[in-house]
Amino acid sequence: MRNDLRTYLDELKARGLDAEREARMRAELATASDGHALPPVDLPQSNELSRFGRSIYADGDLLVLRQAVAPQISAAALAKSLDELLERDRQREQDGFPRKIQIGKLVKPGRGRNGKVVVVPTTVEEKLFHDPTVRPSGEGGSSGGTGDGEDGEVIGEQPVREEGEQPGTGPGQGGGENHELESSAYDLGKSLAEKFQLPNLKDKGKKRSFTRYTYDLTDKNRGFGQVLDKKATLRKIVETNIALGNLPDVSDIDPTRFLIAPHDKIYRVLSREKDYEPQAMLFFLRDYSGSMAGKVTDLIVSQHVLIYSWLLFQYGGQAESRFILHDTEAKEVPDFYTYYNSRVAGGTQVSSAYQLVNEIVARENLEKDYNIYVFHGTDGDDWDEGGEKAIPEIRKMLSYVSRFGVTIAEHGQPGSTTVSRYLLGSGLLKDKPDLIRMDIMQEDADETRLIEGIKKLIS
Amino acid sequence: MELINQHTKRIMEGCKERARAAGLSFTDESLEYVVTNRDLLELSPKVMIPTLYDYWVHDVEVLREKGKYELYPHNPYETVINTRPPISFYNDNNPDWLNVMIFYHVLAHIDFFQNNLYFRNTWDYDFTGQALSDKRVIAKLRAEKGRWVDYVIEFARGIDNLVDFHGDLADLFTPSGAECSSRLDYYFDVFLQAEKKVSVSDYIKEVGRYNDCLKEFGDQGEKTFFAEAELRYPELEAHFARTGDAQPTRKRDLLRYLLDNSEFLARDENVWMRSILEIVRKTSLFFQPQIRTKILNEGWASYWHERLFLQDDRIKGHEVDFARVHAGVTSMPRVGMNPYALGMRLFSHIEEQADKGRLSFAFQRLLDADQRKKFDTGSAAGHDFIFRVRENLCDYLFLKTYLDQEFLDRHKLFVAGKRLDQQRMVWQYYIKNRNAEEYQKMMLDSLYHPPVITIDQTKGIEGSLYLNHAFEGKQLVREYVANTLMGIEYLWGSPVYLETSEAEVVASSPYAPRQEEPRDEEITWQRVLYSMNEKILSKKKIE
Repeated sequence: MRNDLRTYLDELKARGLDAEREARMRAELATASDGHALPPVDLPQSNELSRFGRSIYADGDLLVLRQAVAPQISAAALAKSLDELLERDRQREQDGFPRKIQIGKLVKPGRGRNGKVVVVPTTVEEKLFHDPTVRPSGEGGSSGGTGDGEDGEVIGEQPVREEGEQPGTGPGQGGGENHELESSAYDLGKSLAEKFQLPNLKDKGKKRSFTRYTYDLTDKNRGFGQVLDKKATLRKIVETNIALGNLPDVSDIDPTRFLIAPHDKIYRVLSREKDYEPQAMLFFLRDYSGSMAGKVTDLIVSQHVLIYSWLLFQYGGQAESRFILHDTEAKEVPDFYTYYNSRVAGGTQVSSAYQLVNEIVARENLEKDYNIYVFHGTDGDDWDEGGEKAIPEIRKMLSYVSRFGVTIAEHGQPGSTTVSRYLLGSGLLKDKPDLIRMDIMQEDADETRLIEGIKKLIS
Repeated sequence: MELINQHTKRIMEGCKERARAAGLSFTDESLEYVVTNRDLLELSPKVMIPTLYDYWVHDVEVLREKGKYELYPHNPYETVINTRPPISFYNDNNPDWLNVMIFYHVLAHIDFFQNNLYFRNTWDYDFTGQALSDKRVIAKLRAEKGRWVDYVIEFARGIDNLVDFHGDLADLFTPSGAECSSRLDYYFDVFLQAEKKVSVSDYIKEVGRYNDCLKEFGDQGEKTFFAEAELRYPELEAHFARTGDAQPTRKRDLLRYLLDNSEFLARDENVWMRSILEIVRKTSLFFQPQIRTKILNEGWASYWHERLFLQDDRIKGHEVDFARVHAGVTSMPRVGMNPYALGMRLFSHIEEQADKGRLSFAFQRLLDADQRKKFDTGSAAGHDFIFRVRENLCDYLFLKTYLDQEFLDRHKLFVAGKRLDQQRMVWQYYIKNRNAEEYQKMMLDSLYHPPVITIDQTKGIEGSLYLNHAFEGKQLVREYVANTLMGIEYLWGSPVYLETSEAEVVASSPYAPRQEEPRDEEITWQRVLYSMNEKILSKKKIE
């Protein structure tokens, strides 16, 4: 494969390539053989530096003396009371207080468990207390230490990115635990709730239903029930009386002479009605080429986590998700864990992912039964300079998707990425704003920006 | 939760005898329970108090990013709680020798709870019993008032760190009749110093004159004294009358102030809220001594479990097992702080110093290093001395008084720093210095210290509540100001102001590495005034 890429690169070069782009591509090419390894499942134990800055109040007797580990609250137990908590939160708002429950914490996308993200409620108890992170003059703080060494001697180092965590955590970095994604803003849950209604939701293939039921007095029953259906009962009585010959003249009915059999009474009974709702299929596409190292992957994955976990929450079993990773080739991965953690490497061919989506949709005939949403995250770099391969695939995709959202996390100069250029150039964004959206953010975007982006992609 | 079996209980009783013989003192009864992980999950949000009131936040995972250890006392996984009788918690599968060690640790904690004077406010009642009745009160209110009970709990808990623990404690130790009249307090503490700004010598003369008056006129002394003072300062009485009404006696106890002065809470339909505020305040006060004695308490317990375990004849053959567990608990980490290790070493250090008579002026004035090394009066007063330390000090005083250069050198302690190597993008951990003062400062800085927020009713508009945050080099967590003030406004019933200081340069992005980046520029502090009116927060700068 590597040789193919090299030939391809040479071809591109022959067609004219500026030096900087070529360098970037070569750099990506160099990583192509690294593979997209998943992190080792067993994590190394925390090292001696991890106690830096740890509060003296962090240790408690039970854990220290028993050498035990703190019991984990099971996500299932928390999720059980979710509805109740959210109801409480809604009530808070009606009572005129800001919401307090946050949704959006991700509990370990476990391997092989269908990539379920569990959404758990979290909250903060606010008080007035000192903020230890703001210091008059700065370093990274100080802590205690013991042992030999001269003043000023460096006793340990830790890469900045993996600060405080086991090596190799963070999306795209490999890594296992603690991928918590927490929102700092309280109104996240709320704003998500308001903004995250899927657009263009059409009734398609009512095959699946919500596990939600509504109860309604729709069924009728003779003899007993909850509410007497007077009209139906009267009709029945009339019928019976005609049959009995008790009603000689239809134009002159005397109700007092009616014979009423108990069986004639018709009641409405409470019945469980399945609530059918249209279903959605979500495709998440992530560029995991070599250029995606660092921050950009972080952004993309964070955004996808937000979309994903929210939709899972909001639509329950109604929204199904598929995950696709691509460098120069695309592959579908089985669960969110793999999607989230696979290491970046290799070159970039955006069209490959689009092509795969089209294939899957065609093969499984998804178009008929599902509303299809595609979210793609990339740094905007594509070896396919003019989008000759990507644009046709996109056009094909737009024939069936309800929304296609591209997120571009730019490395440097705004508006200069290949993908954004050919997307703009194609005019698709203008022609079909209902179907395709693009969100471009800078590498240093913060969470608020991410949420803005989601609004842009989805609203 | 079930009690430990008779066999284990017998071991505990054996430990009690040996601990008593060594000088520890505690009540006879104690309760030991075996807890499962499931029990722990239920107990930990309630700070191991089984009977604490229910509150929905206990069922939710609480994010504790910023105020991790400021929110409630500390790590919820404690072995023993300060109740009557004391209750302690164990695994069901601990081997006997480990139980012996833990029992000694627990007994030392109990000794500490029952003898350290900071715990004075917890001595006269059983907190679990109290908590149970409080829990019932809240359950009953909840049946009547529904969700509003939880709002009030939430708002009260929002300010439960603003209680005047030391003020309450001082009351317990002030003999009745020793207080001064409020007029006298005002005259000497405020009027002469703040308003008249008299010189020190005049002030002392005035104190002397007061003493003379007392001597000469006895009961009438104060009256005579003020008769003369008013001749000199005719405005005194008017000033006193004005401030005397407005200023609360306990300026630092916001919860108390709301209970006493809030018109909102005094309304008939809102009176029930008061019992919740009382409960929250009581609960907070109960935990206050514990969080202020973490190092001392853990150090004391570690010191004794080591000492008593090694003397215990019942555990022969488990010395190596013990050594492993003990080292795990009390080894000094290369980087970071360990309250068990530090406290234990400091107790041993103090004992040794006192044994040699070094905690004396004679030793302190010695400058010659050689003589200092050899100094030994052979007083052997160490044992008694550490008992006095455990009786009278809290973490702050413990560290402030005894953390000296000798201790640092002996245990090779240093202040560890962390800086960013920009070129290689790595955090470097390095030895900052081995100076006792710096080390002490670093340690003191890491201790629990709620902001000092006082009530100042001379400011603000009529009917409002004006809070003044005393600046101690730190700002309040900004994100939490709005909701906390909203809660206070609700309980007060009128606008609330909060005067505080904020750093001008705060560059932080949620995506920055979790630890803060080094910042070269000095932070400039700006005094600001938050106001909360009808649930709307606004902020303006003040000079």
